[in-house]
Amino acid sequence: MALPSYASPVQRTYYYFYLFFCTVVFFFLIAPLFAIIPISFSVSPFMVFTEGMLAWPPDPEAWSIRWYRNMIGDCSADVVSSTVPCSTKWMKGTVNSFYIGIIATVIATALGTLAALGLSRPHMPYKGLIMAILISPMIVPLIITAAGMFFFYARINLVYTFTGVILAHVALATPFVVITVTATLVGFDMNMVKAAQSLGAKPMRTFFKVIMPLILPGIISGALFAFITSFDEVVIVMFMASIDQLTIPKQMWAGIRQEISPVILCMATCLVLLSIFLLTTVEVLRRRSEKLRGIKAR
Amino acid sequence: MEVTISTTELLTTDGIPLKQSLRKAERRNKQRAFLLVFPLLLFIFVTFVMPIGDMLLRSVDDSQINSVFPNTFDEYKNWDKGADELPPEEVYKSLFFELANGDKRQIGKALTRMNYAKSGWKSLIKKTTREIKKIVKKGEEPVSYKDTFININKLWADPTYWYSFNQMVKDRSSIYYWNALDRTFDEEGDVVLQDEKRRMYIKTWLRTFKVSVYVTIFCLILGFPVAHLLANLPLRYSNLLMIFVLLPFWTSLLVRTTAWIVMLQQNGVINGILVWLGVISDDGRIQMVYNEVGTLIAMTQILLPFMILPLYSVMRVIPKSHMRAAQNLGAKPVTAFLRVYLPQTIPGISAGGLLVFVLAIGYFITPELVGGKDGKLIGSWIAYHLKTTLNWGLCAALGAILLGIMLIFYWLYNKIVGIDNIKLG
Repeated sequence: MALPSYASPVQRTYYYFYLFFCTVVFFFLIAPLFAIIPISFSVSPFMVFTEGMLAWPPDPEAWSIRWYRNMIGDCSADVVSSTVPCSTKWMKGTVNSFYIGIIATVIATALGTLAALGLSRPHMPYKGLIMAILISPMIVPLIITAAGMFFFYARINLVYTFTGVILAHVALATPFVVITVTATLVGFDMNMVKAAQSLGAKPMRTFFKVIMPLILPGIISGALFAFITSFDEVVIVMFMASIDQLTIPKQMWAGIRQEISPVILCMATCLVLLSIFLLTTVEVLRRRSEKLRGIKAR
Repeated sequence: MEVTISTTELLTTDGIPLKQSLRKAERRNKQRAFLLVFPLLLFIFVTFVMPIGDMLLRSVDDSQINSVFPNTFDEYKNWDKGADELPPEEVYKSLFFELANGDKRQIGKALTRMNYAKSGWKSLIKKTTREIKKIVKKGEEPVSYKDTFININKLWADPTYWYSFNQMVKDRSSIYYWNALDRTFDEEGDVVLQDEKRRMYIKTWLRTFKVSVYVTIFCLILGFPVAHLLANLPLRYSNLLMIFVLLPFWTSLLVRTTAWIVMLQQNGVINGILVWLGVISDDGRIQMVYNEVGTLIAMTQILLPFMILPLYSVMRVIPKSHMRAAQNLGAKPVTAFLRVYLPQTIPGISAGGLLVFVLAIGYFITPELVGGKDGKLIGSWIAYHLKTTLNWGLCAALGAILLGIMLIFYWLYNKIVGIDNIKLG
């Protein structure tokens, strides 16, 4: 990629412009995410860099963790501000988000892994059509899905219930599991299954002792995708959840819409850290999976 | 001359012909594969496909109001609008009894439906029903039902109210689709443009397309060089830089949208930097959020990974020697790029472009939060009718049109890239 030594001055200019441009784009992609982190530690209730924060030497008065304390429901006098109400909503949202997310992930992973196993068999009939149906929840815009589900679930009294929200999230999350596990199964050596069976293993035993350990990284990445899908999902929750099913995204939506509260930035910071953690895990798993299946990194 | 190869069939040890036995095994394998997929297929069908189907049915459904006013609508169809200014006596008579004896809740629902066709229906019918019930209580039988109605309220002599029935008299109606395109039915039942004041959907559809096209172009301009850089760097560096693309991809949409509000608002980070640099004065801060500009900037950043990833996977496999060979044969770098490199990236450009475009036209959260009044897209109307006006027919029709557009583009995507080639990360 480096510039050859015989490059002309014009080429040199182009090349440096190109590098500069790419840097700007990378900055554009990542800067907004990191800009919110320092502001979440501000003492001011407005979502801005205050003068005290930018002063040199740093002014300790300008920084605080009061909004974090507000987020976890600590309503002491020095935390509450006239514009920012203090409530346990954020913690309630966190509990609900994990509750819905974990149940949805377990169901989605089980169903999705089974389906991926079936789809990867050479004898699968109507593979293209079935794949298209299974992936459709990922493709249809969320607002359409939300409208359809709202009408339909209202008929069977599932709106404003945990069951309804979880079912909807499972439907949205399964495509990610199917895609990830199917990708892991590409290049899976079916002879190993045959070998296990010829040695007398029953199908269940074959699955748990031979197939599962090999595709486990794929299943876990699929599960993480499923979890983050449910955890970040806001459109369905907006229409199908009542105040009892308040989740983090729903509370953030309310926070941006009505209160413009700096607590949003604290939660956003936590979510950025969570996504860094998940991204790292998925990357590590992907490499491990490639190693297990004997695929060399290109 | 015919050649017979063998007359005796091959048999397995059980004595079954081999062909049959193989076919049986094949069938069993198919069944097993299908059984594995079946639970998810059933689940998706019940929790996802049926709701979407239900929505599509709802977009053409007008049966509720027809079950409330069956006789009135039957008589209404006999009205010769050319000959008489007002509907015949029978229409008034049937309406009289259907209002007097109808179920209050059902009528209430029907009234909401009637108000979509013409505002004013709700209060008119409510007042009239009250009077009709008084007449029925007294036990009088009106001489002329028409005159009774007009005596109760003069609006009953206004034919424009009656004309609005035109769009309701059938069980299945296309009116919501026409409404979604700023059209309605006139007195003859022909499709005409809505009043000036009620035309807002075409405008929003056009804006949705405009924003999606712009976002796609911006993503291409920003994504192409980055994908090229990532594809040509040694793996050690490109994996590291890939984090810059994947991290936003993994971060909550709301977090990214919030981040853009913080960046772009009037006393936000970008305006702050510009003031500090002296580019703009302190009271000349630019309004960059809660308008179309904000929507464009935020959506471009949010959708950029969807452009970079397909481009990257295509560019990775283009041999580097091609550019060198072209230049070796005397092509200038620009020519070599345009004639040799660019054509090979077309699959990536079309995949990324379609993906970004399709995602953009269905976007709702970001435009709703950073779009303000003039940056909202069609998704906002769907949400508005779903939650606020409860005009579910129109909501479903808007959704169905959007779904149709999406399906066309996905069909294209499938033709070009193949839906099962979708990769994550």
